Amino acid sequence: MSEEKILRILVAKAGLDGHDRGAKIIARALRDAGFEVIYTGLHQTPEMIAEAAVQEDVDAVGLSILSGAHMTLFPAILGALKERGADDVAVFGGGIVPEDDMPGLAQVGVKKVFTPGASTQEIVDWIWANVEPRSGL
Amino acid sequence: MNKQAWLNEKYPQQEERSQRFSTISDMEIEPVYTPDDLNGSNLEGIGYPGEYPYTRGVYPSMYRGRYWTMRQFAGFGTPEDTNQRFKLLLSEGQTGLSTAFDMPVLMGYDADHPRSLGEVGREGVSVSTIKDMERLFQDIPLDKVSTSMTVNCTASILLAMYVAVADKQGIPRNQISGTIQNDMLKEYIAQKEWICPPEPAVRIVTDMIEFCAKEVPRWHAVSISGYHIREAGSTAVQELAFTLADGIGYAQAGIERGLDVDEFAPRLSFFFDIHNDFFEEIAKLRAARRMWATIMKERFGAKNPRSMLLRTHCQTAGVSLTAQQPVNNVVRVAIQALAGVLGGTQSLHTNSMDETLALPTEESVTVALRTQQIIAEESGVTNFVDPLGGSWAIEALTDRMEKEAFAYIDRIDELGGIIRAIDIGFPQKEIADAAYRYQQQLDAREKVIVGVNSHAVEEERPMEILKIDPEVERSQIAQVTQVKQERDQAAAEEQLGRVHAAARNGQNLMPVLIDAVKAHCTVGEISDVYREVFGVYQDPAWL
Repeated sequence: MSEEKILRILVAKAGLDGHDRGAKIIARALRDAGFEVIYTGLHQTPEMIAEAAVQEDVDAVGLSILSGAHMTLFPAILGALKERGADDVAVFGGGIVPEDDMPGLAQVGVKKVFTPGASTQEIVDWIWANVEPRSGL
Repeated sequence: MNKQAWLNEKYPQQEERSQRFSTISDMEIEPVYTPDDLNGSNLEGIGYPGEYPYTRGVYPSMYRGRYWTMRQFAGFGTPEDTNQRFKLLLSEGQTGLSTAFDMPVLMGYDADHPRSLGEVGREGVSVSTIKDMERLFQDIPLDKVSTSMTVNCTASILLAMYVAVADKQGIPRNQISGTIQNDMLKEYIAQKEWICPPEPAVRIVTDMIEFCAKEVPRWHAVSISGYHIREAGSTAVQELAFTLADGIGYAQAGIERGLDVDEFAPRLSFFFDIHNDFFEEIAKLRAARRMWATIMKERFGAKNPRSMLLRTHCQTAGVSLTAQQPVNNVVRVAIQALAGVLGGTQSLHTNSMDETLALPTEESVTVALRTQQIIAEESGVTNFVDPLGGSWAIEALTDRMEKEAFAYIDRIDELGGIIRAIDIGFPQKEIADAAYRYQQQLDAREKVIVGVNSHAVEEERPMEILKIDPEVERSQIAQVTQVKQERDQAAAEEQLGRVHAAARNGQNLMPVLIDAVKAHCTVGEISDVYREVFGVYQDPAWL
């Protein structure tokens, strides 16, 4: 990993809920795994998250949501990234997402959704296997 | 043989199954406890139930007098949806109502605000105006039920609406009873739903404490909550310490307002989480009661014994439930509920098995309520008052948790009090560290969750879950739009102006808020006044 570009990951808390335990644990675990991590803090709108992703020049965005608004917010975030020409940023997420909503999220471009009980290692491994440094930057 | 000799000679003769034995909070547990482990917790030290320092319970007869209040937290969709769930729960034998509001209410936005998009009615019931509140409590006699409302930064507005609905139904204010969570300090520490910074937030809480002490004497104006602290990943001792430190903060604010401690302290109530670790949770509740009694008597000079009683609601730990093999959650909830009862709770919510997946279905809520009824009516534990009192292990744990929690409180005092401690992120960082440590222990399988890192299975049986119809959002937007169109606009604006003035000049907000909601000012509009006058708190985003 030392010769390659260190992946930059934005951990973002979308929506109005204040449950940041998961987001903070993931941010710390990714940092401990050697990624560069930026944490947005709570209560971010889709525009704020997309803007932060572009400003911080990240390779991936990890979204945390536990308010049930994922079917509204995840597509809005992907849309906001696209508007900023950043649709090659890998978007993954975690939270309370019912099985029935998974196909819809995959369809709009969410690459992976981790549900409760996922270990931090599983998430780290998934990032190594699936996130590429963004080209042309 | 004494304990040390036994530990040295006898105990090592057999192998242990683990190198280290600790609670879920990582408190190390000794192989055996004896009277030598007690720190003054002889019969004289722990006292009797209903006697200072109330280690053994706040009332002499406890559940031999009456059971705890079975209070299931409910709220979703439109006010009509939740009203129907309330009526179901009352008909199933529940004895108090508990209202969950949606995220827009909890953050001070109306249903029609852009930030509410996708959130309306999802995690709780949607309420923007007094009309919604009237629909929520339609046909429920407000003088006959006690109502709990879980809402914090907009609590002043929702309490104003509840009082206004009672006024409109002709029920005297001294006849309504209930609790509003209204614990803003723990919002900055753990749950993180806020509008303005801590100081003005505590001023609003103090307005409500003062107003209720004078006008709505059967209302608990604040429910000092450890639940969210624990759910955010704290240890049991941290939950105990930060909760009581918040309580000290409110008591201090009330006294600084010029109130006598005995005037408001009897209406302060508490709310704790009941996690998996059975004995630790029981000890936590016993320590909490003793600590609060001591704090009230010695620190604040309370004279009225009722000021010294830590009366608490408990809820089983949402965070302990698993999405994997969700039926197993019924068992977890039962064990936790039993700990809450053996710990001497006054009121209890049992979680439903499907809550890691969605809001609970009617069937799963009923199982959760039945769990409490089985403990109350079948298990026989309710014939005893503090049956674990005098157990060397329980008393030693109680003493130890009290000591460790007081050490945290001393540290907070040294920092200049709870608001200063929050400003520098002290409790927040302690909790985040504990949460991360526990996750690492789970990943290393030093701590076990059955069905997740032990006894996991490949295929899961899909469960029937509650779905919120997207129509809820549309209809709630239509409702608030209609109220805004039909109301007397000049009157509403005049009332908002009065709220603005009271917020600025320090006059108690509650009377003007009641007038404002009667004039159909909305949750979002009043929250906007708070934003303008007090400023908006930003998440420091500490990792």
